[in-house]
Amino acid sequence: MKSFAHKDIIALRDLSKEEIELLISTAETMREINNRPIKKVPTLRGRTVINLFYEASTRTRTSFEIAAKRLSADLVNISPSTSSSTKGETLSDTALNLLAMKPDIIVMRHSASGAHYFLSKRLPTCSVINAGDGTHEHPSQGLLDMLTMKDRFGRLDGLKVAIVGDITHSRVARSNIQGLTKMGSHIFVAGPPTMVPPGVEKLGNVTACSTMKEAIEDADVVMMLRIQQERQGKTLMPSTGEYAKYFGLNPVNLKLAKPDAMVMHPGPINRGVEMSSFVVDGNQAHILKQVENGVAVRMAMLYHVIGGEPE
Amino acid sequence: MSEESTVILDGTGIERALTRIAHEILEKNKGVENLSLVGIRTGGVYLAKELAKRLEGIEGATVQVGEVDITLYRDDYKGQSLNMPVGKTDFPFTVEGKKVVLFDDVLYTGRTIRAAMDAIMDHGRPACIQLAVLIDRGHRELPIRADFVGRNVPTSIKESIAVRFDDQQKPIEVVLEK
Repeated sequence: MKSFAHKDIIALRDLSKEEIELLISTAETMREINNRPIKKVPTLRGRTVINLFYEASTRTRTSFEIAAKRLSADLVNISPSTSSSTKGETLSDTALNLLAMKPDIIVMRHSASGAHYFLSKRLPTCSVINAGDGTHEHPSQGLLDMLTMKDRFGRLDGLKVAIVGDITHSRVARSNIQGLTKMGSHIFVAGPPTMVPPGVEKLGNVTACSTMKEAIEDADVVMMLRIQQERQGKTLMPSTGEYAKYFGLNPVNLKLAKPDAMVMHPGPINRGVEMSSFVVDGNQAHILKQVENGVAVRMAMLYHVIGGEPE
Repeated sequence: MSEESTVILDGTGIERALTRIAHEILEKNKGVENLSLVGIRTGGVYLAKELAKRLEGIEGATVQVGEVDITLYRDDYKGQSLNMPVGKTDFPFTVEGKKVVLFDDVLYTGRTIRAAMDAIMDHGRPACIQLAVLIDRGHRELPIRADFVGRNVPTSIKESIAVRFDDQQKPIEVVLEK
C-alpha cells in the first residue's frame, strides 16, 4: 500500500518520485469533488488549518482556503497587517502561540528561505505546508504545474520544459526543477544573465541557455515566470520594454516550440512584459487550468500531511 | 496469512446467488425503470457490473453502474486509513430522484455502507437506497440491514472473509479464513 510518510510538505526536494506521484494521483481524484453540485467531503472535519501569510498572496491563499473548506476543515487566515509580527513578535514566538491553540496544519508563506524548517522543528504536533518561502520553493505550485502537464501529455517522463524569466528569484522555478527532474523531464532555463544563477545545472536535469530561442526550441512546455518587481526592483534589467524584447513570449517566438506546446504561467501575469496578450488569451495557454488544478493539488497535500507520521 | 481457509461459495454458487438477487431486485422494484446500481470500490463494483448484466438479460433494458470510493468518508481517520490513496468516485448518471441499489461484497460492521450512503447523498437526493451484498457476516456496529443477501455466513470476529476475483474481474470464490 502506497502511503505518505511526511508530517510536512516543505520542498519537493524532500519528496521521492513515488510520493510526488501519489500526491498528483490523489489530486486527480480530488478534482471530481470540485465538479459536484455540493463541493464538500467530510474528510478533515474538526481539523483546524491556519493560513499564515507573511507575504501578499491572493491566489495561493484563496486556493488553500477553498481546498481546506472542501475537505470540511476549519480555516483561519492570519496576515502580517493584522498579526503581532508588526508589533515585533518573532516567528518562534508566533509559532508557539499558534501551537497553544492546537491547530492541525499551518500553511505558511514567508519571505525567508527555509523559514518552514525552523517552524516545523518547533511544532512537533502540527503539520507545516510551505506556500512559498523566499527564493527557495513553492511546492504546491510545482505539483499543480506537473499535474497540468500530465493532463496535457499523459506523462512527464521525457518532456522538454522551458522555464524563462528570473530564475534566481523564482521559487516556482526551483520547485518545478526539483519535481520535474525526479519525474524524468528535461528542463531548459533562460533569462537575462543577471537573473540566472551560476551553477543552476546542479539543481537537477537542467540545461542553462543563453538565449530564449535556445530554451523554447522544440519545447513541449513553455513556462514563463513573472517579473517580480517587488523583489528585484529595477536593478537587474534596464527596462521592462527591453526585457519583453529579449525574454517575452509572443506568437512569433512561440512558433519555435512544438506545434502543440503548452504555455504556462504561475500568475499574476504582467501582460506585455513576460507574455504578450495574444499568447495569454491564445489557445495554447493553460494558465486557468493551472489555477483549477491548484485547488485539487492543495486538497491532496492537506489530506496526506494529516496522515503522515512525524519524521 | 492464515492457518486455515475454507471455500464457502464457489464460482457457480456466486453465479446463482447473483441471479437470485437480480430477480429479487426486479420483483421489489417492478422492473429497472429509474434504477441504477452503485458498487463500492473495488469488489462491489465488479459484482454490481455482473448484476447489471443479469438485469439487462432479464429485462432487455440498460442498467447504469456507478462506483463510489469511501476513503474520504471513513470514520476512522485517526487510525491507518487516512493517507490511503483515494480512488475514483464516478456516477455516469444523476443520483437525484433515482432508485439506487448499493452493492458491496461483504457486509460486516456497516460502517462502509454508512460512508457510501453519505458519499451518494453528497451527489444528490436519491428516491431511495437499497442495499445488496454477496455475503452478510454479521457483527453490525450500526443499525444497517441488507435488502438483498447472497449468503448469510455466521462468523467469529477473528475470522476474515474475502471475495476473490480473476483478471477479468469475475468473481471466482468466497473464502473464509480462520
